[in-house]
Amino acid sequence: MKVLVIAEHDNSTLKPATLNTLQAARQISDEIDLLVAGAGCGAVAEAAAQIGILSRVLYADHETYGAQLAENIARLVVSLAREYSHILTPATTSGKNMLPRVAALLDVNQISEVIGIESADCFRRPIYAGNAIATVQSLDPIKVMTVRSTAFEAVAGQGGNAPIERVETVFENTVSRFVDQQLAQSDRPELTTASVVISGGRGLGNGENFALLEAVADKLGGAVGASRAAVDAGFVPNDMQVGQTGKMVAPELYIAVGISGAIQHLAGMKDSKVIVAINKDEEAPIFQVADYGLVADLFDALPALESQL
Amino acid sequence: MKILVAVKRVIDYNVKVRVKADGSDVDLANVKMALNPFCEIAIEQAMRLKESGQANEVVAVSVGDKACEEQLRAAMALGADRAIRVDTQEAADPLSIAKLLASIARQESPDLVLLGKQAIDSDNNQTGQMLAALLDWGQGTFAYSMELKGDSVDVTREIDGGLQTLNLNLPAVITTDLRLNEPRYAKLPDIMKAKRKPLEVKEPEQLNVTLSQNLKLLKVEAPPVRQAGIKVGNVEALVEKLKNEARVI
Repeated sequence: MKVLVIAEHDNSTLKPATLNTLQAARQISDEIDLLVAGAGCGAVAEAAAQIGILSRVLYADHETYGAQLAENIARLVVSLAREYSHILTPATTSGKNMLPRVAALLDVNQISEVIGIESADCFRRPIYAGNAIATVQSLDPIKVMTVRSTAFEAVAGQGGNAPIERVETVFENTVSRFVDQQLAQSDRPELTTASVVISGGRGLGNGENFALLEAVADKLGGAVGASRAAVDAGFVPNDMQVGQTGKMVAPELYIAVGISGAIQHLAGMKDSKVIVAINKDEEAPIFQVADYGLVADLFDALPALESQL
Repeated sequence: MKILVAVKRVIDYNVKVRVKADGSDVDLANVKMALNPFCEIAIEQAMRLKESGQANEVVAVSVGDKACEEQLRAAMALGADRAIRVDTQEAADPLSIAKLLASIARQESPDLVLLGKQAIDSDNNQTGQMLAALLDWGQGTFAYSMELKGDSVDVTREIDGGLQTLNLNLPAVITTDLRLNEPRYAKLPDIMKAKRKPLEVKEPEQLNVTLSQNLKLLKVEAPPVRQAGIKVGNVEALVEKLKNEARVI
């Protein structure tokens, strides 16, 4: 058995979700190759080579791979697929966009958002927004799966010296083109990898009040998230959304402020180690999952919290 | 322009999911079923394109047993002109569904196929991407907004760091995210009218598709339950607990 993991990166840095996915790969086999496909992504391949557990880094560097267009990357992955028993990538928007295309071209099913490896062909995955956990068996010759990074500990990113092999094949398509992208700029850690996350809900009232959360986040070195209600109300952009249809987070400390605790939000954060809820409604469902609940007006509690940290 | 919209019958999103006592699946007996919310957004988008004169025909398609005709009628009540049901008795896997939809797309030759990004039951988030691969079309997943531009379409997508815009040749596959639009409710006269709209049933054999049996559901369990902790009286007590008991700050 041999596993191919497709790295998540932005052409300059390797994203931590890759290291969590490699942990899942390691539970399947000791023979693991990592594919770094992008444009001008040599630094990513160099960083990847230092990961301790890799047999090889496959490095495909061409402008056609720069925007991670699914149409191109999928065909590249398929061209490499035949020597592997398993193909894994993190269940990020990039992985979820590209990997089903690989599966269809290989004529196999994909197993989405894997949270547990039971054996080489049995896997656990959440269904119904995490309200049930399914164990599925794949009889396909190649197992193609996305991995939920919060379910696996990251492997060490240092200490290795894997060979880097160039992949020169170029797949270009004529049906899709990258136009542009607007990425949120922030000095805070990324939501999905931060060890502390503080999220605000509709109770914040407006977007300006998120500054109260940012002040606490900066004291704790954390990231700021939001509930779907806060995003839908236009307080903050959608990439801050924690929940079933947003980001899955599992930090050491999750602080939910002015969030009632809808199922869709809980699905995105209930694997956090310690959950704190601050809400003035003591009946709010968020208190049923919180380790520490504080019934208080967030406009009093947040400044007090910031001053005491 | 002709638009094909694929829809799925799923458990109503307000219903609390229960796992069967024997662990074989979730219990759907006597549970309220509905159109998958992301599919509603796909229908709504198709109707907006039709109402603005950019599309002239909207065809809804679903894969399942006779029960899913209820959702196809709902799609026609929202404005779809006609519907196709591909008859399957067992729940088909995403690859098989993508193959059935690809076959329908080859017969119907739509300029655009719209699907929800995922179904809220199986949470797979695959069918649209697989369909695009099988047809060798461009894909715009997790659509936040879209704009037709002659023989191509600009799709702005929700991605992890923000938003990304792609330009796709038509025909293309687009999967809808939450903020693409806010679906309308069907009006009673339209619900009545939908009962008389054409609904065609096709068998997988007619579409030259053999359903895959390679994905087995072995068991379904309830997730571990998180216990409620304690209430603290004030911010001082909270900070003390986080420092000395939980040791996370």
